[in-house]
Amino acid sequence: MGSILEGFIKAFFLIVQLDRELLSIIFLSLEVSGSALLIASALGIPAGSILGLKKFRGRGSIITLSNTFMGLPPVVVGLFVYLLLSRRGPLGFMTLLYNPSAMIIAQTILIVPIITSLCHSAVISVDPIIRQAAVTLGATPFQSSFTVIKEARYGILSGVIAGLGRAIGEIGAILIVGGNIAGYTRVMTTTIALETDKGNFELALALGIILLIISLLINIGLHHIQQKGMVRTIR
Amino acid sequence: MSLELVVSNISKSYSSDAILKNCSFTFNSSGIYALMGPNGCGKSTFLRICALLESPDSGDINFHSDGKPVIKDISLMRRITILLPKIGVFNTTVFKNVAYGLRIRNLEQGDTVSRVEKALDFVGLLQKKNQKALTLSTGETKRLGIARALVIEPEIFFLDEPTASVDQKNTGIIDGIIQKLKRDSRSTIIIATHDTSQAERLADKLLFMNNGQITEST
Repeated sequence: MGSILEGFIKAFFLIVQLDRELLSIIFLSLEVSGSALLIASALGIPAGSILGLKKFRGRGSIITLSNTFMGLPPVVVGLFVYLLLSRRGPLGFMTLLYNPSAMIIAQTILIVPIITSLCHSAVISVDPIIRQAAVTLGATPFQSSFTVIKEARYGILSGVIAGLGRAIGEIGAILIVGGNIAGYTRVMTTTIALETDKGNFELALALGIILLIISLLINIGLHHIQQKGMVRTIR
Repeated sequence: MSLELVVSNISKSYSSDAILKNCSFTFNSSGIYALMGPNGCGKSTFLRICALLESPDSGDINFHSDGKPVIKDISLMRRITILLPKIGVFNTTVFKNVAYGLRIRNLEQGDTVSRVEKALDFVGLLQKKNQKALTLSTGETKRLGIARALVIEPEIFFLDEPTASVDQKNTGIIDGIIQKLKRDSRSTIIIATHDTSQAERLADKLLFMNNGQITEST
């Protein structure tokens, strides 16, 4: 009990003193997860919007696949990306393994289905009357589709935030493809795992507290967005 | 000269129920037409087909301008509009809702502001221009729908039950707006209503929908 308390106190000092190692780990985590989020949003929002707006052959299968992939096990994604990027893999020539780029690729694969599925749900939940109203006011098909996407913005943003939550707290995939190299690919979650193994609790606890704060902020943001979306009643 | 709408022998059925049966009519003058008939007689279907939101099973809808036929494309769609019973309010301010039709036409900001404010003043909502549109009352929402349509200066303006589920006070306000519109604009206004007294108060011409066809009151 005493050592846990001592760990918390040391962790508190590490945070307050803005420890350089701690900061570099936090920044790398945010860089990797932020980049993955940007790429996944650029892919997932258009994909989810098209799935919500257009009817085409195979649409149902893509939606089912996307929903299934929302729960992809991170270690499986890590293994898949590892095999792709390993020296003998099809993308081995790019020498991306054990490098932050590989971690970004793995996290992107993990969160694209989340953003796609939640964006699709947000778009289909917009009352069809919105699109019709846009048409009656002279909107082209593209403009009316864009209007529907804009109306779904709170739901889409919820999807993006949920994606960030998944990426920032993920460990399995990035440990496999990043290798947890100090100062290069070591992020918050992998450091917590390593330092806990070593019995070095203060750094692990400090990062755990920061991860919890980030998680809390993400959830507050999500709750705020959901509250805003709930105000919506169609007239 | 405004648009002329020629409806020729249109028919429409929903799951074997014939709603419109070889229905024909020509709307060739500005002013207000009131299309009356009981609920479910096909007034809304007729208006939606005329506003090009739906296609008839058979028959034709044609528009003419200066005696020449007008191609049914986006430029025609931008010369007509319809106020549906459910307005479809965008989740933004009253001002931005009304500005929508001008923004998608890429109108200059200065023109947009003056036209939107004029339309909002016309329907008595100028004081609420910065308010969230979703917080308006039902009657105010209908007026917002009218302002949103008026700002684009349609040559034909269809109104589908404009005062349905609106209280008496707001019905009076909306009637006043339509009467003011009749004085100030050269649009053709076609109102579908089941309220006979409203039709008689507002319309220049009374039309009846009966057995899927339109007859004009003499």
